[in-house]
Amino acid sequence: MKIVVCIKQVPDTKGGVKFNPDGTLDRAAMLAIMNPDDKAGLEAALRLKDQYGAEVTVLTMGLPKAADVLREAIAMGADKGILVTDRVLGGADTWATSTTIAGAIRNLEYDLIITGRQAIDGDTAQVGPQIAEHLGIPVISYAQDIKVEGNKVIVQRQYDDRYHILESQMPCLITALSELNEPRYMTPGGIFDACAAEITTWGRADLKDVEDCNLGLKGSPTKIAKASDKVRKGAGEKIVPESPEDAVAYIVGKFKEKHII
Amino acid sequence: MDFTLSKEHEMARQLFKDFAENEVKPLAQEVDEEERFPRETVEKMAKYGFMGIPVPKEYGGQGCDILTYAMCVEELSKVCGTTGVIVSAHTSLCIDPILTYGTEEQKQKYLPDLASGRKIGAFGLTEPGAGTDAQGQQTKAVLDGDEWVLNGSKCFITNGKEADIYIVIAVTGKVEKRGRMQKEISAFIVEKGTPGFTFGTKEKKMGIRGSSTYELIFTDCRIPKENLLGAKGKGFPIAMHTLDGGRIGIAAQALGIAEGALETTIAYVQERKQFGRSIAQFQNTQFQLADMATKVEAAKMLVYKAARKKDEYKTNPKISYSVEAAMAKLYAAEVAMEVTTKAVQLHGGYGYIREYDVERMMRDAKITEIYEGTSEVQRMVISASLLK
Repeated sequence: MKIVVCIKQVPDTKGGVKFNPDGTLDRAAMLAIMNPDDKAGLEAALRLKDQYGAEVTVLTMGLPKAADVLREAIAMGADKGILVTDRVLGGADTWATSTTIAGAIRNLEYDLIITGRQAIDGDTAQVGPQIAEHLGIPVISYAQDIKVEGNKVIVQRQYDDRYHILESQMPCLITALSELNEPRYMTPGGIFDACAAEITTWGRADLKDVEDCNLGLKGSPTKIAKASDKVRKGAGEKIVPESPEDAVAYIVGKFKEKHII
Repeated sequence: MDFTLSKEHEMARQLFKDFAENEVKPLAQEVDEEERFPRETVEKMAKYGFMGIPVPKEYGGQGCDILTYAMCVEELSKVCGTTGVIVSAHTSLCIDPILTYGTEEQKQKYLPDLASGRKIGAFGLTEPGAGTDAQGQQTKAVLDGDEWVLNGSKCFITNGKEADIYIVIAVTGKVEKRGRMQKEISAFIVEKGTPGFTFGTKEKKMGIRGSSTYELIFTDCRIPKENLLGAKGKGFPIAMHTLDGGRIGIAAQALGIAEGALETTIAYVQERKQFGRSIAQFQNTQFQLADMATKVEAAKMLVYKAARKKDEYKTNPKISYSVEAAMAKLYAAEVAMEVTTKAVQLHGGYGYIREYDVERMMRDAKITEIYEGTSEVQRMVISASLLK
């Protein structure tokens, strides 16, 4: 089995987010880490490798410094790392990013692609499903459990209050949640091997079947007007109405209260 | 001179730091309070290769250098001195002599289990009447056919009852040296479970209380002839060379304890308020912290330099790292004691309460001035190199 895991180097938001005066993230002031959901995705791939035997390739797009997360992944047990880096790819939104990554993955053989659900620096959760769309393969998002049986995967997809069990033929793409598992540590020997390992570096010219108009800043339909620290979403309100009529009355009441109707 | 750490070492430090924070720190207080050997932590460390960091891959180790190993002991000791010394004694005092003096058969037989952490190592030199004075050894080994017969006892043995493989130093005869009869001393590998090898009482200690410190007792303990480590009569240089390496481990432990106390204190003085402001705003606090940090940094340089020198030794066995190791241990141990004492002082009454980590750190620091050669012995080693 061949597994490609897409990972991203992100600023560690644990100690709070720091911004530049222009509203963009001050990445230099924050520790760079492997995105937690991606790390869970990598761990899932490494467990499949332990269980069934697999070749795990980690792929990232970013500045040359992003090779650090590839080395971390190799030190954890991944077999090889590919860094996609090129000035023309900079400033990419999710569309341009997924186009780029799909263009890189087209060069690879794969049965399974695993991405994190979302990155803690953007929180969009769009790149994984978009890659699947570009490649024309099925996607199962929010995986909290992954099993492989023959040439299909069986995945528990997390919902707020339940989970769905989905089955898909491979190749397919899965987006992983950090709750999926407890990622392993690197090993000291793995670190030394990872630092000696060669990281494959690809640029624009290595991307397959992509058009320049879909890449980098100019290929990005999203324009960021303003960035601010994350606002925590409230816990919400749970209502158990006596009857369907009461439920309707309650919902209509809420709509009126919010001036929706 | 390059003071920057390589990418490998930076990544390794981050690994040890994360592991120490997540897996070791939560148990540190309990392990101390209950005087309990943290077996579960050792199993986790084994899983991630921490028990065989400087062992070549061909023997099942991680194939890393001594600096990486020292950084592991340092980071573990920042949060738990007990855990630091478990790795240090296992690696420096048991694995290292087998790696340095063992035959190929001995290496193949013992190193894979030790490096993977399936088995734990220990070292027995000290006796009730022979600590600093290794010539005072009473434990005897007599060759009887194809077996050595050991009789005697060893005390204050780190990893005592928890270990599986022991390096034991014993007297194997008498030799004439400079016209005087002296004890001939040899080194042996002894496995737990050998008939005649039992344990005495567990020592109740001031610090590193989770570490298993026992007396080893040998009563007509028969071990195979091939368990002689190195040449017969070379036990003393083997023990001294082993301690040179061990001192780097203990120096790293002392450094870690000092750093842990400093970090804890920096956080505390910014929270603690007196007279309407944080005590970090008082110049006394600031000056104390400055002195502590400067000494910790100096200790770190000495420890890393000694580790580097031992790494050089691997490719050039003609060089000695004895003085560097002695200086690193002497200084780091004294800094650990001073910094932890100041840390307790800066914590005020709370520093004297066992709920606060600095109280444990101060108790843990003291042993680093004593074991694997007291500070006085380190001064003897250093001055001997100056006055030869």
